[in-house]
Amino acid sequence: MLRAYLISFLTLLSSSVFSQDDLMKMLEDETVTLRKKDYTTATFKTTRLINGHSIENVAPGVLDFRISHRFGFLSGGAYELFGLDNATMRMAFDYGLSKRWMIGVGRSTYQKQFDGFTKFKFLRQSNKMPITMSAVGGVMYKSLKFDNPDRVNFLTSKLYYSGQILLGRKFSESFSLQFMPTVIHYNLVEGVNDPNDVFSIGAGSRMKLSKRVSINIEYYYQLPNFKLPGTTNSLSVGFDIETGGHVFQLYVTNSSGMTERSFIAETTGDFFKGDIRFGFTISRVFTIVKPNLNTAGG
Amino acid sequence: MKRIILILILGCLITVGFSQTLQMTRSGQISFFSKTPMENIEAVNNEVTSLLDMGKGEIVFAVLIKGFHFDRALMEEHFNENYMESTKFPKATFQGKITNTSKIDFTKDGTYEALVEGDLTIHGVKQRQTAAGTITIKAGKIAATSTFIVKLADYHVEIPSLVVEKISKTVEIKVSCQYEPKS
Repeated sequence: MLRAYLISFLTLLSSSVFSQDDLMKMLEDETVTLRKKDYTTATFKTTRLINGHSIENVAPGVLDFRISHRFGFLSGGAYELFGLDNATMRMAFDYGLSKRWMIGVGRSTYQKQFDGFTKFKFLRQSNKMPITMSAVGGVMYKSLKFDNPDRVNFLTSKLYYSGQILLGRKFSESFSLQFMPTVIHYNLVEGVNDPNDVFSIGAGSRMKLSKRVSINIEYYYQLPNFKLPGTTNSLSVGFDIETGGHVFQLYVTNSSGMTERSFIAETTGDFFKGDIRFGFTISRVFTIVKPNLNTAGG
Repeated sequence: MKRIILILILGCLITVGFSQTLQMTRSGQISFFSKTPMENIEAVNNEVTSLLDMGKGEIVFAVLIKGFHFDRALMEEHFNENYMESTKFPKATFQGKITNTSKIDFTKDGTYEALVEGDLTIHGVKQRQTAAGTITIKAGKIAATSTFIVKLADYHVEIPSLVVEKISKTVEIKVSCQYEPKS
């Protein structure tokens, strides 16, 4: 009996002897229960892997001004200064409407093309979700004059559409992988037997070399029965370099266009035969609408 | 025998009394400022958890790095990715003691100067830190505030030469917590 009392007394005594470590332990337990979802961030440096979209979005209220340059084939030799004589460019503005939704417009000198897109993030990778999934819809308008002006031409003949599903995962701090099944729709194609819908599956990856530099690779495989004749698959390899408010993307690619239609469905160069173009993109972000810090949550 | 029972009851009372000396918050605020002629950087975290043991004068804080929010999304990304490495070091903690508890009467309304000393862990680096603050007691509710300076180099936070003029070498940290009795 006495022993029972003694034991219970000792139990009580020990429970009242707190040390700092116990206080910290208690707090840690509270902190763990507080945190519900921990979203993965910065799977890629910017909203484009190289030519195509990555699962990253521009933050809400942020405007991203992007200038891309693309040069001629390196195989053009010294006469073309290894492609530098033939530059095309695309200027674009992207804007984040919410954490999940962004829009953008652009103009390419290549085929005098206007483009617009909208990207929505359906799933966000977190401690409870293994991947991020986004959908991108784009429309492109080639304002180049019709090849055959004597024919009855429709304005819609110069419209192209693209649809993409992006599936991405950040496996570690330095390694991210992404797949992007894509369909490009042509209102008008050149040949009678050419498909109006071009299907392809893209794959891309990012490996960080340091905190501010990463190497990227992007490849779009076109399904053989759903591709335009004479076209090749787009392959690009490049670096992302981050300097404060800018991201520089330097890359080599066999594609000349900078929108989905032109680089996925209309690449003609063979990467391994020297049909490589040098290109770079400069991205600069501007905060248009500041977030409310007192209500911003995770 | 009676004496043992008495001691037991007393022991119970002490435990009960002790548990009331624990004060807690889950919505404390920590903000920091970096001021340079080139750029001012400010971030706020409103999800600070803290426990205060009035009996012993012990105080602990824990804060999730990802909970700091900036005016500019890119700054927030760089803060997490490049400077604080928040995936590797998700939390900052402080574990310390109020060194002048004798001058603070937690049962009486008023404003008291408090001196705190303890271990501050940021970016996985533990450093001894002292800070002066204020404890305000009003109608039994306890509020604590403090402002102190930390040196980024002490916590192995590297600043690349390219942005060295935009980020201050020392950062001012402000803490503000409104406690509730812990049940």
